[in-house]
Amino acid sequence: MTSSVQSTPPVEPAPTATSPGSPQPPFAPGAVPADPAARSSSSRSAGLSWRRIPYLVVLTAATVAFIYPLIWLISASLKPKSQVFDNKLWPEVFQWSNYEKVWQVAPVLRWLFNSVLVGVMAATTVCLSSALVAFGFAYFRFRFRGAIFGLVLATMMLPGAVTMIPVYLIWNKLGFVDTQVPLWAGNLFGSAFYIFLLRQFFLGIPRELFEAARVDGCSYLGMFRRIALPLAKPALIIVFVFELQASWSDLMKPLIYLQTEDYFTMPRGLKQIIDAFALSGEYHWEIALAATVIATVPMILVFAFAQRYILDGIATSAYKG
Amino acid sequence: MAEATAAGRVARTRRHRRRHRDRAGYLFILPWVLGFLIFTAGPMIASLVLSFTDYSMIRPPTGVGTANYRELLSDPRVMKSLSNTFVYAAMFVPLGTVVALALALLLHRVGRAAGFFRTAFYLPVMTPAVAAGAMFLLLLNGQQGLVNKVLSFVGIAGPNWTTDPNWLKPSLAIVSLWSLGGAVVIYLAALQGVPRQLHEAAQLDGAGPIRRFFVITLPMISGAVFFTVITHTIAAMQMFDQAYTMFYGPQQKANASDESLVYMVYLFQNAFQYFHMGFASAMAWLLFVIIVVITVVQVKVGNHFVYYEGGEPK
Repeated sequence: MTSSVQSTPPVEPAPTATSPGSPQPPFAPGAVPADPAARSSSSRSAGLSWRRIPYLVVLTAATVAFIYPLIWLISASLKPKSQVFDNKLWPEVFQWSNYEKVWQVAPVLRWLFNSVLVGVMAATTVCLSSALVAFGFAYFRFRFRGAIFGLVLATMMLPGAVTMIPVYLIWNKLGFVDTQVPLWAGNLFGSAFYIFLLRQFFLGIPRELFEAARVDGCSYLGMFRRIALPLAKPALIIVFVFELQASWSDLMKPLIYLQTEDYFTMPRGLKQIIDAFALSGEYHWEIALAATVIATVPMILVFAFAQRYILDGIATSAYKG
Repeated sequence: MAEATAAGRVARTRRHRRRHRDRAGYLFILPWVLGFLIFTAGPMIASLVLSFTDYSMIRPPTGVGTANYRELLSDPRVMKSLSNTFVYAAMFVPLGTVVALALALLLHRVGRAAGFFRTAFYLPVMTPAVAAGAMFLLLLNGQQGLVNKVLSFVGIAGPNWTTDPNWLKPSLAIVSLWSLGGAVVIYLAALQGVPRQLHEAAQLDGAGPIRRFFVITLPMISGAVFFTVITHTIAAMQMFDQAYTMFYGPQQKANASDESLVYMVYLFQNAFQYFHMGFASAMAWLLFVIIVVITVVQVKVGNHFVYYEGGEPK
């Protein structure tokens, strides 16, 4: 279904590379924008580009609305306390010491490290477990497969609140409260949305590849490791980055599970800095904003490197049926 | 006879191999099954049981019958937080859909440049919710915030977004609107999948751009719109991060207004600050039922409008 939505409409014969059944239809970077649209717009562009100017003006205004807050944030984080609110784009005085101050008042480096650790653990485990399960659903035919897969999809609608308290009690019983384990260990069992995404991907791999490996005496685990996983690399990158971002952003789990300051993740620590410095005391917003920048920059970097995977992955995820 | 046994043997080995394969399939999905039993099904039952008890982690739970559910109805803060959440969702979901759709339509018109804008619109999505909350507390500041400064240029006296009880929910909606880039990306991909010749045919028949939008574009991308409306609604009902960052925490006495109390914040407070775990479990089940009802209604309504390429989906 995924490929039917994305593949080229029947005006022209679809190029074989993106036709359904080839190994990479859902996630191949660049496969998402349908070719004819791009082609026809570029052919129009020659004579009629002036017509697009009003669109470009509106889009530029929208871009300013989306991007300016981030630029404002960086600028304000470099200002002295008295000028944080002056709303000037270029600080009159660059007070780099705001960043030193953050480092002094809170174990920010530690929090960054914790966030990276938790994020990488969460993303790695969810990639491996979800891929394993997805391959099970994609390749094998077993009794109740459809029903079980329906159950997987159904869990996506379940609000986290319903299981939140008993899951907390489980981790508490196991002695893992106030450790970072509960922030990622649930991912060892796969996650419904990613299982769905990866299953779609595996279904696009021609079965003959697996049958041939089978004839050569390859085990099921070997097929998974040597054929399915390498071919699914683009999809796995998407899952990894999505989960990394979700983990980096998460505030509720760290609020529930972490009490010791040294174990905090970046958002949890940032919330503490905001509470202690900006929303009470002497209202040192410049310090809170420096911490905000520190919490945001790593995700901007991730985006810079994985942009096409993220954007194509988002576009694809909507066609999950 | 010999042929028959040979055929039988083949069938038997095939069946055997088949059974072997089946078993391997179960092994592959085993992690999910275990996780489902331990972290979903078990906790669901436990939380349902807990919702009929009084439990604060100090003593074992004691049964209280339906008291928690009756308290749901009588606790004014439950109803307040529920209505706050609905109001927030009612602002964010429609507005977010329209704005994202408008931006995607514009992007679709500018050809190659769309890539740049798409990236720009998506950057806020990468910003952690706590960071966005902190930033908007300042941008929306009533006296000195940038938003009101811009509004004053066009002669509008902006409200005290973050302190005036009437404006707390619009503030939350604005923060969420800022990060709607995901929907823009989805809509743009959907628009790019609309066959051009449909538009050309309609144009030949004399349909203007507005008519073409409603007769061709909108039906063709209705699946994507439907998907985002449902996921945005489910997410909006569970909104927590921004509201908690901006209005709750140790400093919350300073703004005693309940106007920013969304359902998940109140549930979180009950569970992990007051340790009313039985009551919080009942709250969770109420939320679950509400989300299921809303989603079912949306799917029912959606099925009248959504156009599926190649027939109904499974």
